[in-house]
Amino acid sequence: MTPILIRGGRVIDPSRGTDGPADVLLEDGRISAVGRGVVADEGATIIEAAGKVVAPGLIDLHVHLREPGQEDLETVSTGAMAAAAGGFTAVCAMPNTDPVTDNQAAVGFIVSQAQRAGKARVYPIGAVTLGQRGEQLAEFGELVGAGAVAVSDDGKPVATSHMMRTALEYARTFGIPVADHCEDMSLAQGGAMHEGLVSTRLGLKGIPAAAEEIMVARDIILAELTGGHVHLCHMSTRGSVELIRRGKERGIRVTAEATPHHFSLTHERCEHYDTNAKMNPPLREAADVEAIRRGLKDGTIDVVASDHAPHHYDAKEREFDLAPNGIIGLETALGVAIRDLVETGVLSLPELVERMSTRAARIFNLPGGTLAVGAPADVVVFDPTERWVVRPDAFYSKSRNTPYGGATLVGRAHQTIVRGRVVFDLSTV
Amino acid sequence: MTADATAVPALGKDLIGLETLSAAQIRVILDTAEPFKEVSERAIKKVPALRGKTIVNLFFEASTRTRISFEFAEKRLSADTVNVATQGSSVSKGETLVDTARNLEAMRIDMVVIRHGASGAAKFLGDRIESNVINAGDGKHEHPTQALLDILTLRDRFGELAGLKVAICGDILHSRVARSNIWCLTKLGVEVGVCGPPSLLPREVEALGVTVLPRIEDAIAWADALNVLRLQLERMQAGFIPSLREYNRVFGVTRERLERAPKDLVILHPGPMNRGVEIDSDVADGPFSVILPQVTNGVAVRMAVLYLLAGGTGAVAAAARGETS
Repeated sequence: MTPILIRGGRVIDPSRGTDGPADVLLEDGRISAVGRGVVADEGATIIEAAGKVVAPGLIDLHVHLREPGQEDLETVSTGAMAAAAGGFTAVCAMPNTDPVTDNQAAVGFIVSQAQRAGKARVYPIGAVTLGQRGEQLAEFGELVGAGAVAVSDDGKPVATSHMMRTALEYARTFGIPVADHCEDMSLAQGGAMHEGLVSTRLGLKGIPAAAEEIMVARDIILAELTGGHVHLCHMSTRGSVELIRRGKERGIRVTAEATPHHFSLTHERCEHYDTNAKMNPPLREAADVEAIRRGLKDGTIDVVASDHAPHHYDAKEREFDLAPNGIIGLETALGVAIRDLVETGVLSLPELVERMSTRAARIFNLPGGTLAVGAPADVVVFDPTERWVVRPDAFYSKSRNTPYGGATLVGRAHQTIVRGRVVFDLSTV
Repeated sequence: MTADATAVPALGKDLIGLETLSAAQIRVILDTAEPFKEVSERAIKKVPALRGKTIVNLFFEASTRTRISFEFAEKRLSADTVNVATQGSSVSKGETLVDTARNLEAMRIDMVVIRHGASGAAKFLGDRIESNVINAGDGKHEHPTQALLDILTLRDRFGELAGLKVAICGDILHSRVARSNIWCLTKLGVEVGVCGPPSLLPREVEALGVTVLPRIEDAIAWADALNVLRLQLERMQAGFIPSLREYNRVFGVTRERLERAPKDLVILHPGPMNRGVEIDSDVADGPFSVILPQVTNGVAVRMAVLYLLAGGTGAVAAAARGETS
């Protein structure tokens, strides 16, 4: 394997608290040197990174890659390539595939598809319950044995408190988090957007913030009861942020993620019945966006995760009520985050890298998230100031469902390196 | 073209809702409806204003009154009309709305009147075809021609609308009629109250510029006119109210309650009525009910909307007389 020398960049490594000009040498799939004036053997690939940030590769704890079952929307391969183009060196794939990723063979299939693709790493998340039906626990031990890094019934909440309790208890055996999609279905049923003034005006059934917060409160209480690690997916309301903050203050093992759209867009975006603004949880109010940003700042919200959810354009070209929830986000997450968190003064660049890489690795116990010598050579080189216009037809993802089409984002991955190999290079696109 | 045509603010391509119309545009529709009222009183109820225009009435939801009212309006303007109901059409074979729209467009039609169960469906269609689109009710969003005919009826009765107090009573949450009425009435200077069980009021409804009247007695004491909405019977199964009987007891518009009012109230209802639920029969059939005049005005209002969207100008009187413009 050809060594890679990344020269002259601003090297940010939150795992060691460092931020400054340095060179990074990658050899044999590992980081072999970080410092000034690092010299590489002749024949090494040189990446000139002046003006750019060199950071541990981004890690997305929440994506939907649709394989197996809906390969017309995305595959492990196209999703892993979209991830690499967005600066991600690893993504965690939710188990709501068809069939559901609720057994070791299904987990193994995703692992092997990811190896075959050879782009970003893909870590499967196993289902909490068989078929995500909420009735019988999946075999966590076998899921983990085959490569699963967490369990979740994402797309649906773990509906009964008993099942959630059992899952949190049992997951402790394997040291994995239970990631929950927090939604009280009896409150949310039939809802198409956030319940508020805009839903009133548009005549769309609303999903109240309480539908999320009730389950957040339950999950935190159950995490306290069981000592298990609950990871709360895609937090969207100010009330949720406050509940998590109080839970963390009390030492409960709760971690949480927020998506770029929940810290950048509000429910007004549903105006004109734009189905690319339809997702679950829905876009909320300006005060919620503000609370999510503050939560990311003070660490209440641990990480940014995209909830990358590909859908075919036919499916989105529908009446709002009938269109599916979700948007893709792997190729826009970094640009939205820098524009709306860093340029707005909410987070420093090192803080953002920590939320998008180091802490993500830590809470799901993944390799990466660090530039320490000897660590896997998973690295991103990005321009933190480049302004670029989102062109969905240029996405590597198979799908185009984004509310950011035509938007100007700030910050863009130029090289993404996984296991010491360049898997994405903007200059050759 | 006549001189006064320039004074008419155009409605645009479609009539999707009243939220986006100005007071001036609403007044143009109401004023245009006036001369068309007379057409329906003639022995030969037909003028040639839309001769040669083809109109599709695309009804994805059951409707009797609105569909027939539109059809009469179209026929009295001499348009060629086709009715499509979802039963027995390609929609029941799974065709999407966008494909239905493209197929209609390919047949070179001029206008589509659409009734659909999903909020936003009329706008969805209007954004995708060049033909004029008229919303005949989309989900819980808007039902603009219903509100326009309600207001035309109020104007007939009261003359001046500004300063009037109208209470909309019942299931505001699920009502497109309520939303269109709120937009339209507030733009014309009418004070609007809404009254219903809190479980059937939408979130932040006050922000639409209305007063919430907690009890039906409050609404009756406050208002000059009540617009009594139909209570969909399935709301009880869905748990919004305990029973129809209790609804009538607590929120029903009854003669006893009206007799305690400080003044006589005009009673509107968009129909179809549930007699003995939201409105008692002796109120619906009583002297202050304008429920049937509403239906009559519905044809005139729809003629006005069709005429204006088809490019009709201020020369309405001429059109109503039967002269082609």
